[in-house]
Amino acid sequence: MTADPRAADGRTAVPLDPSLAPPGTRGFRDAGGIPADRWHADQNGETLVPTHCCFCGVQCGMYLRVDHGGKVFGVEPRNHDINRMRLCPKGINAYQQVNHPDRLTAPLMRRSRDEDLREVSWDEALDFTVSEIKRIQQAHGRDAFGVLGGASLFSEKTYLVGKFARVALRTRHVDYNGRLCMVSAAGANKLAFNIDRAGNPFADILLTDCLLLAGANVGECFPVLTQYVWGARDRGATLIVVDPRETAVARTADIHVALKSGTDSAFFNSVLNVVIEEGLTDEAYLAAHATGWEEVKAEVAQYPPSRAAEICGVPAEQIVQVARAFARAPKAMAFHARGIEHHTQGVENCLSVINLCTATGHIGKPGAGYGTLTGQGNGQGGREHGQKADLLPGGRSILNEEHRRQICEIWGIEESELPAAGTSMMEMVWQMQRREIRGLIGICNNPFVSLPNYAVVKEGYDTTEFHAQFDFFLSETAANAHVVFPVTIWAEDEGVMANAEARVVKHNKAQEPPAGVRTDTWVMCEIARRLGAGDKFAFGSSREVFDELRRASAGTIIDYSGITYERLEETGGISWPCPSTDHPGTPRLFEDGTTYHADGKIHMQVVEWHPPADPYDDAHPLTLTTGRTVAHFLSGNQTRRLGALVEQTPRPWAEIHPAHGFRNGEPVRVVTRRGSEVFPALVTEAIRPDTVFIPYHWPVPTAANALTIDALDPRSKIPEYKVCACRIEHAAEIDEVPAPPVAPGHVAYPETQVSRTDPLPPTAPQGRGTSERS
Amino acid sequence: MMGRTIFIDPGRCIGCQACVSACRECDSHRGKSMIHLDYTDEGSSVASLPTVCMHCEDPVAPCAEVCPADAILVTADGVVQQADTSRCIGCANCVNACPFGVPKIDLQAKLQMKCNLCYDRTAYGLAPMCATVCPTGALYYGTLEELQAERPGVQVADTFVFGESEVRTGVAMVVPAERVRWPVPGGLPVVEVNGKDVRR
Ligand code: SF4
Ligand code: SF4
Ligand code: SF4
Repeated sequence: MTADPRAADGRTAVPLDPSLAPPGTRGFRDAGGIPADRWHADQNGETLVPTHCCFCGVQCGMYLRVDHGGKVFGVEPRNHDINRMRLCPKGINAYQQVNHPDRLTAPLMRRSRDEDLREVSWDEALDFTVSEIKRIQQAHGRDAFGVLGGASLFSEKTYLVGKFARVALRTRHVDYNGRLCMVSAAGANKLAFNIDRAGNPFADILLTDCLLLAGANVGECFPVLTQYVWGARDRGATLIVVDPRETAVARTADIHVALKSGTDSAFFNSVLNVVIEEGLTDEAYLAAHATGWEEVKAEVAQYPPSRAAEICGVPAEQIVQVARAFARAPKAMAFHARGIEHHTQGVENCLSVINLCTATGHIGKPGAGYGTLTGQGNGQGGREHGQKADLLPGGRSILNEEHRRQICEIWGIEESELPAAGTSMMEMVWQMQRREIRGLIGICNNPFVSLPNYAVVKEGYDTTEFHAQFDFFLSETAANAHVVFPVTIWAEDEGVMANAEARVVKHNKAQEPPAGVRTDTWVMCEIARRLGAGDKFAFGSSREVFDELRRASAGTIIDYSGITYERLEETGGISWPCPSTDHPGTPRLFEDGTTYHADGKIHMQVVEWHPPADPYDDAHPLTLTTGRTVAHFLSGNQTRRLGALVEQTPRPWAEIHPAHGFRNGEPVRVVTRRGSEVFPALVTEAIRPDTVFIPYHWPVPTAANALTIDALDPRSKIPEYKVCACRIEHAAEIDEVPAPPVAPGHVAYPETQVSRTDPLPPTAPQGRGTSERS
Repeated sequence: MMGRTIFIDPGRCIGCQACVSACRECDSHRGKSMIHLDYTDEGSSVASLPTVCMHCEDPVAPCAEVCPADAILVTADGVVQQADTSRCIGCANCVNACPFGVPKIDLQAKLQMKCNLCYDRTAYGLAPMCATVCPTGALYYGTLEELQAERPGVQVADTFVFGESEVRTGVAMVVPAERVRWPVPGGLPVVEVNGKDVRR
């Protein structure tokens, strides 16, 4: 199916097929599917604005329904070729954020943490912020101030975060919450292919004969992708799921490998071992397109199925089965997500999957290749243009002199003024604890819920002398800040995001921001102006930032120079690299077998399995692992306020196997070396007996991340969320779920902001909870 | 079975409740969801099963048949409507008669509520909300031919036996069949990305 039909000037994206047209659109359907102003469909005062979902890396197309007063009031599915009308519960309810009573509508401020936050004028908040930046930087050096961005921001804004930190603040300390998401996959892809993105579009899933999902809970984290997975299955493709839990996709898989968390690379090494033993490698492909094969071969010889079976806690026959299914398939694909990436060997886990794809020649063909599923909407785009500690726009390295010179020329600064590489998000928190970083601006992130080892995070932020936070709801982190800037929500500005396919899509503005709310772009530019760098930040709109971003990316691998807002509206999305305005974009990589390394080869890397960072002992014999639930998104700041989603999953639980002798709903205390918390037990056979699972969207005292360890992958610096040692005990009472914080002067949204003390696990999706029996 | 109808395929359902949220968004029930989502074997499986109104055809829908106030209208195209609010007396006879457990009573309003196949949408040729958004296609709206074109070899049932009585329904269920293997690629429409045919 082609993308939505459009008007001659390329502004419209309105479906023509009457069976798919949204309601209230008959007027323009009769007029040939093109509304009067060629963009807005207008009938009975209702306007449909085509845009995308603000949540995960699938980036489903949707229409926002806008009433005659210009306010967003509903959603209508949109026939975009990514999602073909489908939406998950988060997407359906997303619009309720826009005019939610908890929206921040005035800056909040306090001069010290002893005071309460109070509403102040923009001038007062900005003046205080700027004077604190100057004070801290004069006293302790420029690097004593840091910036932490977010991957839910449009790419324009993430570009601006990087430029703001380095040009306005001139600090080396800038990083972003994508560091918690898929930097392991990024690191592996850079090492192997020298390009940081998935190799294939989602549509390739429909063409494959064997689909391997590793550590990817597609049913809950990317529900709309299941239509591709089921599509492949309908056509007889073999489905292999590697996951310690029986997820909804694992339930229907041909092979479900329920391995022990933290043993993924041993498993994939062993699969490759069997592939070699059985003579199923694609030697011609390897000879022509890969380096490092001999070394990899020698290493994987150490992983016969008998040994891997012991490490991974799965039957050896299963390893053989997987190897045969994947290697014998005419076309096979591997997708992975946080399950194998959130580890101290996250990069290596991804590399072991890439080695398997390479050795079997399943790369760069329709229905054959690899992909990584981004958790955040702009998880892909958010790291491309300089928001990451070591990257400049276009994925240039901040350590490379040539790259530095190129960017300084565009930014109009001397190369000597451009700071060096900074440190990662978790490392910045450690630096805050040590008073090396004394001031911080956080932009649309919520580390109080999302970073591991909460006690350390809280101490780091509390030690900080000045902390400002941008957000549209008062997150747990913002509630601890000195200044909170109320900024726009996704539907109040335009901009682009890159989804998990590296397809750049455009979000459109559906309503004006409420009075008192400014765009993140405006706030960053205004602070920069007050710091004396106004000439470098004379941006009036996202479009102006995007034009500079395009120029800044030209000539790099992450080339956006051929992508324009107009083309995005016309095509429904373009995958980078797209070096010129007549270039169609690059949905699939390596079709001619060449990678982005100078020699054009895939650089296979030796992977040696090592155990996770937190050792097991008699006091901590079990594995704690964390993840998401379908109704909530990341730190929950956006979804814990939406009635339907709260009702669907009001609180976290500890998922345990019946072997431990708990009854469903009984209080279970989960203890790790970081602390302990009590959850209702969700007793299910769908988890390994040696594993405990807690969804992480809630703050303390029901935060999975009060228990997880802040050990990092040495290369990607991603925390090891997916495995730490724990034990479980019977407890007397279940910890109460705190309501999200509300700004002073605001009234809590009554339907959602109630403590959840119900002792039973929630009505949870996927049969894990107790279903509503009304 | 109606021409265009909903097909339910529990084998695809991931229990995500997108259908539940979507039904709340449709105009005919204003904030209330008409879907029942059951987790069939809690504690040992993650399986889930959505139930919408089955829009019984034969004999007359049991709910309509027992309604003393004649409030439940069956339209010519086979859609069993929600009880007419000007007639419904809230007696819950329909609740007891329905073999699928579909109608609900709004106790405050003393009125029956049930899925009406999104008549506000389907009457205009639009798909019902739940089947539109269902990310997995566990709820599918279309004709049997369209379903079979997308899912080769799919088998459906529209007749259900309850003890002595048999009910034929307008909505059909996908039933397990011998797994058929088909050559790849099949006929699903997503074959283009950025205007480029990705099958080649
Ligand atoms: S939307 Fe579809 S997959 Fe999700 S619960 Fe409903 S029927 Fe199941
Ligand atoms: S399923 Fe129940 S409510 Fe629906 S038509 Fe049949 S009897 Fe009536
Ligand atoms: S068809 Fe419409 S009314 Fe019926 S369950 Fe689906 S969304 Fe609700």
